[in-house]
Amino acid sequence: MEKEKHHIVSYKFYFFILIALVTFTFMSIGITRINLGGYSVLGAMIFSVLKSLLVLTFFMHLKFDQPIIRIMVGFVCLVFFALIFITFLDYYYR
Amino acid sequence: MEQIIQHSEAHYDPEGAKLGMWLFIFTELLLFGGLFIVYSIYRFRNPEAFRLGGEELNLTIGAINTIILLVSSMTIAMSTSALQLKNKRLTIVLITITLLLATVFLINKYFEWGLKIKHGIYPGSAHMLNDFSQGEILFFGLYFVMTGLHALHIIIGMIVILAALYKVQKGTVNADRPSLLDNAGLYWHLVDLIWIFLFPLFYLIH
Amino acid sequence: MQTAVPIPHNVSYLDYKGKYKGIFGWIFSTDHKRIALLYLFSMMTLFLIGVALGLAMKLELIAPGRTIMGPQSYNALFTVHGVIMIFMIVIPGLPAVFGNFMLPIMIGAKDVAFPKLNLLSWYVYITGALLVIASVLFGNGIPDTGWTFYAPYSFRTGTNLLPAIFGAFVLGFASILTGLNFIVTIHRMRAPGMTWFKMPLFPWALYGTAWIQLLATPVVGITLVLVALERIFGIGVFDPALGGDPVLYQHLFWIYSHPAVYVMILPAMGAISEIIPTFSQKHIFGYKAIIASTLAIAFVGYFVWGHHMFTSGMSGTAQYTFSILTFIVAIPSAIKVFNWISTMHKGSINPDIPFLWAVSFIFVFMIGGFSGLVLGALATNVYVHDTAFVVAHFHFIVFGGVGFAFFGAIHYWYPKMFGRMYDKAWAKIGWAFFFVGFLTLYSPMFYLGMMGMPRRYYDYLPEFHAANILSTLGSWVMAFGLIIIIINLFRSAKNGAIAPMNPWNGKTLEWTVPSPPPVENFDEIPVYGEKDGPYVY
Repeated sequence: MEKEKHHIVSYKFYFFILIALVTFTFMSIGITRINLGGYSVLGAMIFSVLKSLLVLTFFMHLKFDQPIIRIMVGFVCLVFFALIFITFLDYYYR
Repeated sequence: MEQIIQHSEAHYDPEGAKLGMWLFIFTELLLFGGLFIVYSIYRFRNPEAFRLGGEELNLTIGAINTIILLVSSMTIAMSTSALQLKNKRLTIVLITITLLLATVFLINKYFEWGLKIKHGIYPGSAHMLNDFSQGEILFFGLYFVMTGLHALHIIIGMIVILAALYKVQKGTVNADRPSLLDNAGLYWHLVDLIWIFLFPLFYLIH
Repeated sequence: MQTAVPIPHNVSYLDYKGKYKGIFGWIFSTDHKRIALLYLFSMMTLFLIGVALGLAMKLELIAPGRTIMGPQSYNALFTVHGVIMIFMIVIPGLPAVFGNFMLPIMIGAKDVAFPKLNLLSWYVYITGALLVIASVLFGNGIPDTGWTFYAPYSFRTGTNLLPAIFGAFVLGFASILTGLNFIVTIHRMRAPGMTWFKMPLFPWALYGTAWIQLLATPVVGITLVLVALERIFGIGVFDPALGGDPVLYQHLFWIYSHPAVYVMILPAMGAISEIIPTFSQKHIFGYKAIIASTLAIAFVGYFVWGHHMFTSGMSGTAQYTFSILTFIVAIPSAIKVFNWISTMHKGSINPDIPFLWAVSFIFVFMIGGFSGLVLGALATNVYVHDTAFVVAHFHFIVFGGVGFAFFGAIHYWYPKMFGRMYDKAWAKIGWAFFFVGFLTLYSPMFYLGMMGMPRRYYDYLPEFHAANILSTLGSWVMAFGLIIIIINLFRSAKNGAIAPMNPWNGKTLEWTVPSPPPVENFDEIPVYGEKDGPYVY
C-alpha cells in the first residue's frame, strides 16, 4: 500500500490561489455589467468555471492525487452537462 | 495469527477514505445539479423576470459572502498543510478561523433573508402572488430553496469541521492520520464550489 | 485502550458470539454477511406485503365494476404496491442481499471498505420503510398518486403524501451509501493479483450499478424535496398557476427512475452471469464483452429517460432523440443474452434449480425486452402508453428480470450462506408453479393493453373480462409457487442436508471458503497468479 506523501503545499501558494480567486470574482462582477444580451450567463459562468478549476485543482488537491479521481470528476461533470443538454432539447425546441 | 484484530479497526486506508469522500461529493453535486437544471430551464423561459428578480438582491452582501467562503477555503486548505508540518497550534487556529468565517456567512444570510421576508418576499407570500410575475415568483422560490439548501450544507460542513477540530485537539488526527481533516476540507471546498456558481446565477443578472 | 479480541477462524458467521448477545449480535453487527441477512429478512417481509397488495388489486380486477373496493382504495393500493416494490425491493434487492454477502468474498476481502457505514445503510433503509408504512397507517388518507408522484396532483392531493415522499428520499439515501461502499470496496480491496479483468462478473455488475446509484439517486432526492416544498410553501417550480412546468417534474423524476431500472437489472444480470458458467461447467463466453455491455448499459441508460414521457408534450426533437437512444441501449442487453446462450453451447449442462431460474430468466427478460422496443418506438408508444401493455412490459422485465434472478441467486448461493441444501424436488415444484403462474398473470396484459384497457383503473369495459379472469387466476398460481419456494427455503435452513464447500463446482472465490463462511471469510487472503481467474474450467 503506497504511503501517499504528496508534497505539502505551502501557505504562500494557497494565498496566491486565493488572490486569483478574488480577482476572478471581481472580473465576473465586471463582465456582467456589460450588456451581452443572451450571453451574459456565459460571461459569468466562464469565471465560475475558472474559479472552480482552481478550487478543484489546488485546494482540493486534484493536481497531487491519483489520476483516477480526476477521471471520475471529469466523468461526473460530463454526465451532468449531458443531462442539462438533453433536457434543453425539449425546452429549446418546443 | 496474533495480530488479527476486530475488523472494524483493522486497516487505516486514507486513499479509500478520500475516495469515499469524493464519491459523496459527487452525490452532492448531482443533488444541487438537479436544482441548477430547474434554474436553467426557468431562466431560459423567463429571462426578463429573472433579471428583475436579480436586481432585488444585494450584490454587495453577495460579493462579501463569496469572498468570505473563498478565504475560508484557503484557511482550511492551509490547515491541512499545517497538520502535515506537525504544527498543531497553527492547525487549530486555521480551522477556527474557517469556522468563524462560516458563522459570519450564516449571519449575513440570516439578515439577507430577514430583509426579504420583511418586505413580503418569501415562498407563498401574498405580496408575491399578487404583485409579482410568474417568472419572479419562480426566481425567488429558487433563490430561497437553493441558498437555503446551501446554508444547510454550510451547517453540516461546520459540524464535520468541528469534529475534525476536536480530534486534532485530542491528537487522534495528526500528520500520520490526517484523513478526517483532509476530508472535512474536501467537503468544505464543495460548499464553496456550489456558492461559486450560485453567486453569479442569482446576484449577477443585469 | 482495551486489547482487541482475535476473531476465531473456525466459527461460522452464523454461530459467532461477539460483543453483543442474541438479537443485538445481529442488529449491531458490522459483518457484511449478517447485514446481508438483515436485508434479506426485512425485504422478504416487505415483499410479502407488496405481493398481498398486488393480489388484492388482481382480485378487484377479476370482474368489471366494483368487486372488493372502489377507485380511491384502488389508487391507494397501486401507489403503495409500487412504492414498496420499487424502492424497497427491486432497487436495493440483489445488491443489498447478495452484493453485501458475496462481494467481499468474491474479491478476496474480509469485509467491505466501510463496515459501519454498511450497517448504517440498513438502519436508513428500515427508517425509510417505516416512514412509508407510517404514511399508510396515519394521516388523512393513503397516498394515491402512484409511485411516480406526478405533479401537479402530488402537491394537490389531500392524502398523506409527505411521509411517503420523505420515506422514498430516505430509502434513496440508503441506496447511495451502499453504492459508495461498493465502489470503494472494489477499488481498494481486491485480493493481490486480482486485477480488474480477473474480477468475476457479479462484482463488475455491482460496480456499474453502484455508479448509477451514486449519480442518479440524488436527482430524485432533490425532486422529492421540491415536491414537499411545493406542498408546504408553494414555491411554484411545478405549479402551472405560478409559472412552473409539470413536465419538468417528469424530466427530473425519470432522470433518476430510468437509470434506476438499470440499478435493478444489472446485478440481476450479474448473478445470471455467475450461474450460467457454473451450470455449463464452462468458461463464460465473451467475458470482456459482458463487462463492456454492463458499463455501456449503465452509461447510455442515463440518457433515455424521456421514453417515459413521449405523450407529455415534449418537443419533437426530444422525442426522437430519446427514441433513438432507447434503441441503442437495448443492444448491450442483447449482447449479454447472446453471450449467455453461447456459454451454454457445448457446455456440460447441470439442469439443477439455479439453472432453471437462469434459463427462465432469459425467456421472460427477452419478452420484456422486446415489448420495450414497442414502447420505445414513437408511433407504437402513442398507442399503448398508459395501458396494461406497459404494466405487462415492466413486470416481465423487472419482476421477471430481478425476481427470477433473485430466486436463481438465492438457490445458487443458499448452500454457501446457510451451510445446508434445500429440498430440490420442492424447489422444482415451486419454480414450475411460479413460472406458469407468472406467464399466465402477465401475458394477457399485453393483449389487454393493445385492445385499449387503461392502466391504474379499478374498472374496465366488459370485453376485457375474459383476459382479466385468466390474469387473476395466474396471480393465484404464482402466489402458490411463491409459498412453496419460501417454505422450502425456510425449512431447509434447519432441516436441510449439510452442504459441502462447493456443491456446484463453481470457480469463483466464494466456493473456496467453508459453507457457511467464517466471520472473516478467509484464513489467509488468497493471491491470484498469472493463470488464476474466474470461470477457469
